[in-house]
Amino acid sequence: MNSIEVGENSLATDEEGYLENHTEWEPAVATAMATIDNCELSENHWAVINFLRDYYEDYEIAPAIRILTKAVGKKLGKEYGNTKYLYELFPNGPAKQACKYAGLPKPTGCV
Amino acid sequence: MAKQPEFEVPKLGKKLVTPKVNVGAMAHSKPYEARPGHNEAIGYPGELIDNWQEVGIKKLGQLVKGSRALQVYLDSCVKCGACTDKCHYFLGTGDPNNMPVARQDLLRSVYRRHYTLAGKYLPKLVGAREFDQEMLDDWYTYFHQCSQCRRCSVYCPYGIDTSEVSMAAREIMDTIGKGQKYTNEIIAKVHKLGNNLGLPEPALADTLAGLEEDILDDINVAVKLPLDVKGAEVLLVTPSADFFAEPHIDGLIGYAKVFHQAGISWTVSSHASEAANFGLFIGSHDNMQKTALRICEAALELGVKRIVFGECGHAWRVGYSFLNTLAGPFDFLDSRYPVPQHIIEVTHELIQQGRLQFDKTANDEKRVTFHDSCNVARASRMGAQVGGQFTLPRDVIKASCNHFFDMPANTTGEATFCCGGGGGLLTDDLVELRVKGALPRMQAFKEVNDKHQITHMAAICAICKSQFAKVLPYYGFEMDQIISVHQLVGDALVFSPEH
Repeated sequence: MNSIEVGENSLATDEEGYLENHTEWEPAVATAMATIDNCELSENHWAVINFLRDYYEDYEIAPAIRILTKAVGKKLGKEYGNTKYLYELFPNGPAKQACKYAGLPKPTGCV
Repeated sequence: MAKQPEFEVPKLGKKLVTPKVNVGAMAHSKPYEARPGHNEAIGYPGELIDNWQEVGIKKLGQLVKGSRALQVYLDSCVKCGACTDKCHYFLGTGDPNNMPVARQDLLRSVYRRHYTLAGKYLPKLVGAREFDQEMLDDWYTYFHQCSQCRRCSVYCPYGIDTSEVSMAAREIMDTIGKGQKYTNEIIAKVHKLGNNLGLPEPALADTLAGLEEDILDDINVAVKLPLDVKGAEVLLVTPSADFFAEPHIDGLIGYAKVFHQAGISWTVSSHASEAANFGLFIGSHDNMQKTALRICEAALELGVKRIVFGECGHAWRVGYSFLNTLAGPFDFLDSRYPVPQHIIEVTHELIQQGRLQFDKTANDEKRVTFHDSCNVARASRMGAQVGGQFTLPRDVIKASCNHFFDMPANTTGEATFCCGGGGGLLTDDLVELRVKGALPRMQAFKEVNDKHQITHMAAICAICKSQFAKVLPYYGFEMDQIISVHQLVGDALVFSPEH
């Protein structure tokens, strides 16, 4: 069984490090995952992570990239509302890396 | 979390070079195994069963008995070697087990051992081998290094189709409880929610509504993306990646614009919100049928007259070749149209009829080439003419942009190279294989690029689009150089005021 250490807790993950149970998420989970990737989370990272969590709460799935870029553009300013910027923040892909930090399951399919 | 293993990205040169044989080069590459829940949800044992050898051998016998084609493929190979340098995974890795003949032999040797007289009594003389643990491991490794693209079969003098062999091997492995996570988790999602992504109806509705807003903001035309509308003329069945990913979503916008401008009423169905049919990849007739039936159910429920498939390669193979036998008869649809029809056929016909007008200069900053997707190229057709699957997409591209250039002829049409991510291999745990397997296509892209300063490669397959977005940067290109054919269409389409 794979897991990630967050403070005192050991949380179960899948083979690629996604949380098994998204309700176990807390901000420290994102920080711990980012540390493993040598990534320091900025305010803008958190804006994306928080949007993903809110959307998942409503729709039980991660948002389409287009919805995410639009939301980021609204929140952070138009110049940030594009896929290129999201890839700067999350080089392994916003849908995958950002979903992981947000505790969401990995998007599946031809994506 | 373990870091992705480092690997060397193949270098692009002046032309494609057949690599030196490198035994075991990809022996380490294998996808994650499905969890018990994934396997059970699609009708297979959760984990490797105790008597797997016996059950696997029996299943092989049943498959051979049930498919004359498979038996011919297993019996007729004469080891001529014509296929050896035709597989993109061999060309990208040099691993001899990625020569199609060697891949087939992994299954053929077990078949010989148990189902041929010579193999039963003189196994060593005829290359017959046991279905033991080592063999099962090799199957899992190398039948997940075949994207079932069928390029090798074009060059085989006997027409042996390795994809059928690899589908059989995967079905046997599923039957004994050794399934692959990527494919099996996804098939389970389709059975539950209607699409590969696991996109529930409210999320789909929200996504489509958001796109309508975007289009209105962009071009000030109220183009609709209807969901579950009863009585619509067309049911659009498209890969769910079209609702989610880039550059797919611009293709979806393109289809919507075409329907709008042509005045064709259409709808997406939340019950059958997926064109992809991964049952094909694991050789499972039952799962393929269950997925296909959702399309028939949705068409009946919504009372549509036509079924149109969006840009998805293997879906078009299943749709064109098998939909009627899997889920037919479709005698309730309008018999003037093919069942199903490809969106490229729809757009092409409208262009021929003069019902779509284009301002090609809208795409003038693009210099475009076209990637023939393997399942469209070698397992289906479009339109009424032989080779329509090659000419129709090119006609549509040329109608919407001024600068089109083909890649070298030995990499297009029926000789096309797989993107490297087809056949159920589009998963991060196989990224090394995907990058290396893309080598021949990337080399061809470089060659056309050197000659004609290409900016974009257009495709009509969701897997190809995601795969290229991922692998282009490994070869020094940009991820957004891959686009949907219907993005070109949508961007150049001229809207008449009455709509």
